[in-house]
Amino acid sequence: MPLRLLKYGLSKDYPVTGDIPATPDLKSSYDVVIVGGGGHGLACAHYLSKYHGITNVAVLEKGYLAGGNTARNTTTIRSNYITKEGIAFYKEGVQLFEEMSGELDFNVMFSQRGQLTLAHTEATLRSFHLRAEMGKHAGTNIEVVDAQTVKELSPHLNMDEGGPLEIIGGLWHADGGTARHDAVAWGYAAQAARRGVEIHQRTEVEGFDIEAGNISRVRTNRGTISAGQVMIAVGGMNYDMALKAGVELPIRCFPLQAMVTQPLKPWLHTLVSSVSLHTYLVQSSRGEIVIGGGSDPYQLYSTRSTLDMKEHLAEGATHLFPFLHGVRLLRQWAGITDMTPDYSPIMGASPLKNLWLDCGWGTWGFKATPVAGKYMAQTIANQKVAPILEPFTMERFASFDLLNEMGATAASH
Amino acid sequence: MKILTCPMNGPRNINEFQSFGPLKESPDPDTTSGQDWARHLFRANNTRGVIVEWWRHVPSNYFFLAERNATTNEVIRTFDPSELEVTQ
Repeated sequence: MPLRLLKYGLSKDYPVTGDIPATPDLKSSYDVVIVGGGGHGLACAHYLSKYHGITNVAVLEKGYLAGGNTARNTTTIRSNYITKEGIAFYKEGVQLFEEMSGELDFNVMFSQRGQLTLAHTEATLRSFHLRAEMGKHAGTNIEVVDAQTVKELSPHLNMDEGGPLEIIGGLWHADGGTARHDAVAWGYAAQAARRGVEIHQRTEVEGFDIEAGNISRVRTNRGTISAGQVMIAVGGMNYDMALKAGVELPIRCFPLQAMVTQPLKPWLHTLVSSVSLHTYLVQSSRGEIVIGGGSDPYQLYSTRSTLDMKEHLAEGATHLFPFLHGVRLLRQWAGITDMTPDYSPIMGASPLKNLWLDCGWGTWGFKATPVAGKYMAQTIANQKVAPILEPFTMERFASFDLLNEMGATAASH
Repeated sequence: MKILTCPMNGPRNINEFQSFGPLKESPDPDTTSGQDWARHLFRANNTRGVIVEWWRHVPSNYFFLAERNATTNEVIRTFDPSELEVTQ
């Protein structure tokens, strides 16, 4: 055995070829330029190359693949939203996660363990009834459950009976789950690259040349390229990037912080969140308890972590699961979220004819990685916005057709 | 803990304050177009540089303005809204 291992180590089969090819030189022209090598951009590249036969595609990433908000989110996958347009869209997102490992031939570690949102007040419970009925109407798996069922679903919870934060019921979303964020991005990247999509890491877009309402060229730190169609999907940098093309997005940027504890044996078998405590918890496949909450309370472009937010999240987590009080924090981080006024994304057309937006993903982007990629690819291939994306147009902010998901997003994950 | 200096109450812990977002000029409701109203409602200064924004000291319900760098989070100055009217 050691001899075979040594032979293998010295043979030309080793090291094995990586999934992502090295960054090639930029060509002078591409049919599609995708700005942003995160989950959304890579998913779009995959769908363009596999289902629309468009392979002359460049994905431009300023840093390394999936190192922005794809790496910084807390990987919640769910469709328990409140508007019918939102639910229809996110529902397909969940379904695409169910099939993803097969689609990509890459284990994305999708774990559909269900999401339990806790109600501590009658008002919250009423809003849960609305969300449950909207969800059932759209065919998702969602129901309001009583305190006894909450206890059965998550036996370690402190029910705080008779206390100020007594758990009086919950919203049980059996479709909810989690997946490995790197695997999702790498799976899409590997598939796209295999079909000829070029992935350019360390390639920063510095500006756009605009002629007659079209982007004619994209200027990067590695040279200028001409582009047939351009998509922007750069997470927290969307506002700045769109501004380079003269498009002012209705976006304000806020940091979103999260943290993980040291690894523990598996004990938390669902995703648990509390609207009143602005805290949610999920146990990762490594055993770490991932703890997240709402965005920071004021506009900022800094990914620093604050003691205030750590204290707040720790307070919420130890209230729900008091035995966590002795558990140590392992890591903490923050991402910049591009928040829209109605807590729904901006997808589809822009004022420029060949510029397509996949922006405004705020704190809710990871779960939409496959479905946004699928329909943005369809939109770009047909140069016509896919019907499922039409409600998410930027124009809704001019016509007051908002998609208010405020109660079903952010702190109430 | 970050300290914010309230023009009325002096230096206070930042969690006594609530942010109300960047200062915007209100359009005239009689003459402005629907498009400009929408713009006023949904667009805000999201620059990485210095922004002027509304804050409220919650216990005293006092509204004031702050100049703050949105990248470094440095508060340059805080002032009463009457100062704004004087400078304009």
